[in-house]
Amino acid sequence: MEILIIITIFFYMLSTAGYFAYLFLQKNYLQKAGFYLISGGFLCHTASIGYGFFQSGHFPVNNLHQTLSMAAWTIAGVFLIFQYRFHLKILGIFAAPLVTLVMVIAARLPSAPHQADNLLNSIWLVAHVITIFMGEASFALACGVGFLYLVQEHTIKSKNHGFFFKRLPSLELLDTTGYGCIVAGFTMLTLGLITGFIYAKSVWGRFWSWDPKEVWSGITWLLYAVLLHQRLTVGWRGRRAAIMAIIGFAVILFTFFGVNFLLQGHHGEFTRL
Amino acid sequence: MLEIVLLGLNHKTAPVELRECLALSQEETSKALKAFQESPVISEAVLVSTCNRVEILMATEDKSNAVRAAKMFLSEFKKLPASEFEKSLYIHKGDDAVRHMFRVASSLDSMVVGEPQILGQIKEAYKMATLKKTSGVILNKLLHRTFFVAKRVRSETGIGDHAVSISYAAVELGRKIFGTFEGKKVLLIGAGEMAELAVEHLIRNKAGDILVANRTFENGVKLAKRFKGKAIRFEEIADSLPHVDIVISSTGSTDYVVTRKQVKAMIRRRRNRPIFFIDIAVPRDIDPEINRLTNSYVYDIDDLKGVINESIGNRNKEAVKGERIVDEAVIGFRQWYDNLDVVPTIVALRNKMDAIAQAEIKKTLHSLKHLSDDDRRAITRMTSAMINKILHDPTLLLKSNGYHQNKSGYLDITRKLFKLDE
Repeated sequence: MEILIIITIFFYMLSTAGYFAYLFLQKNYLQKAGFYLISGGFLCHTASIGYGFFQSGHFPVNNLHQTLSMAAWTIAGVFLIFQYRFHLKILGIFAAPLVTLVMVIAARLPSAPHQADNLLNSIWLVAHVITIFMGEASFALACGVGFLYLVQEHTIKSKNHGFFFKRLPSLELLDTTGYGCIVAGFTMLTLGLITGFIYAKSVWGRFWSWDPKEVWSGITWLLYAVLLHQRLTVGWRGRRAAIMAIIGFAVILFTFFGVNFLLQGHHGEFTRL
Repeated sequence: MLEIVLLGLNHKTAPVELRECLALSQEETSKALKAFQESPVISEAVLVSTCNRVEILMATEDKSNAVRAAKMFLSEFKKLPASEFEKSLYIHKGDDAVRHMFRVASSLDSMVVGEPQILGQIKEAYKMATLKKTSGVILNKLLHRTFFVAKRVRSETGIGDHAVSISYAAVELGRKIFGTFEGKKVLLIGAGEMAELAVEHLIRNKAGDILVANRTFENGVKLAKRFKGKAIRFEEIADSLPHVDIVISSTGSTDYVVTRKQVKAMIRRRRNRPIFFIDIAVPRDIDPEINRLTNSYVYDIDDLKGVINESIGNRNKEAVKGERIVDEAVIGFRQWYDNLDVVPTIVALRNKMDAIAQAEIKKTLHSLKHLSDDDRRAITRMTSAMINKILHDPTLLLKSNGYHQNKSGYLDITRKLFKLDE
């Protein structure tokens, strides 16, 4: 449904504008407006995906367009949950443009679904995709928070309290939020991998096929596992955690996109153009 | 028509020695208000006296005599010849007096722009005036409007934001690092007014345990008692670092009291929790290289002063916004004031017309003895109707809102044309 997607993007764009205005003007109603706009966009987005589901009869992750749309939808959804939980007003400045960008890209891709496979009919697949995407969305937010942390830390250390000092929250809040995002993301990623294994077994007969995406997901999982472990034992927090969150997300981007485009494997079907 | 006059002095016009002599205690203010009440030239009065200013606000029909009376009261009350303080006094009338009140209450005239105490002080002063019933229609309206303006300035501008003292600056920085001070442990090394003030601020913000280290253990114990904390020996500082979150240092030492090596060694033991050093001492107590370590932050006195200068700059920018709000409010008050005048003017006008009519009716009817009662009543009704119709347009004009700029002019001319002011 073309029009739904356009309205969704419209909402997301307005939300981005709201958050940027909030960054500059610091008026609370702008931040609230941004939040409601992104919620509105999320609802339209849900309708759009629901329509896709209804139209094709199965889970709409048949090509790159649908997959990206799903990804943006999860990011918006996860952002809404985190915003509700952590009240980090400025997080929208990262989330809103991200979902807008992803949706704009998605909208420009051909949306005609390919031959429906039987592959897409399993409940395990649905669970797998949703949990993986939620995990990745959480890691995306953790990366955004990491950026904000580094910016704020710089203003404090350099004694140069320019534009950002009073606009960003305390380091402690940023660090705690980032940690929360990573914990949530890791949990989702773990569930995602497990459901992936179950699905793989049901379709291809084995848990693990040395598919590049599986391998790289495993690497990603290990990376975040190490990050969490170090935080709990040695106390990797603050600057180091922020940098790791950013690196982790870079790995995620490769795992999500790079593998599909650069390497061959059975996940390629989901990101066909 | 009552006019507003303000007489006063402040930290800009009078040195502290003079302000000390003229400041009025609660009791003295009460007595002064009573004296003003009994004065024939002063109709309404409010008196504000703080360590930085004395303001005598009056509503009077006779400005020059009211000012003279006020000066005389001050001089007699405080046993100080008027010549001693006259040149420090400023006298504001009308709109200037109104503007002055608005500015003072909004803390635009204060020593530290944006300070919050002055509004409360003015409220107290007004409360006393109302209790003693020395404030009337004009000053009541002025003071209520003053509070409203002050609130607007505080909430619509950033005038009250940001620290303007070392201790506040340190605490504000701490808040940007830690979010909240609850449960955060503080270590005070040495002693000194600024350092102790900072500790007090932190305690007020719910900081956790306080440790005090002093080269002389007994001094440390004394300070610790004051903060309900614990004293430690100077040599134990390095060992305490893993457990504290905020370190405030102010000693006379020429060497670094806390070195980079010491902090680096215990970052792991702290499990990387952030640590914030506030170094008020000159020469510096805390090795500035510590700022380069991970999750460690060091601010020395120059850094803190830089933060403050930024704040003061900000406040001055915000003050400009505040002045604009005050200007708007002065115009608003002027409109009210002028409107107040319309009603008495119209009433005076009508009274004069009625008086003339009464006189003429009496004279005419006296010489028309043959008229019946009905006829007499008809003539009386006619004069009433005439006056109503004659005054209808002028009344509408005076009450209208279309001539703001020149309302006082119109009222003035009206009063002059009909000689309403005998």
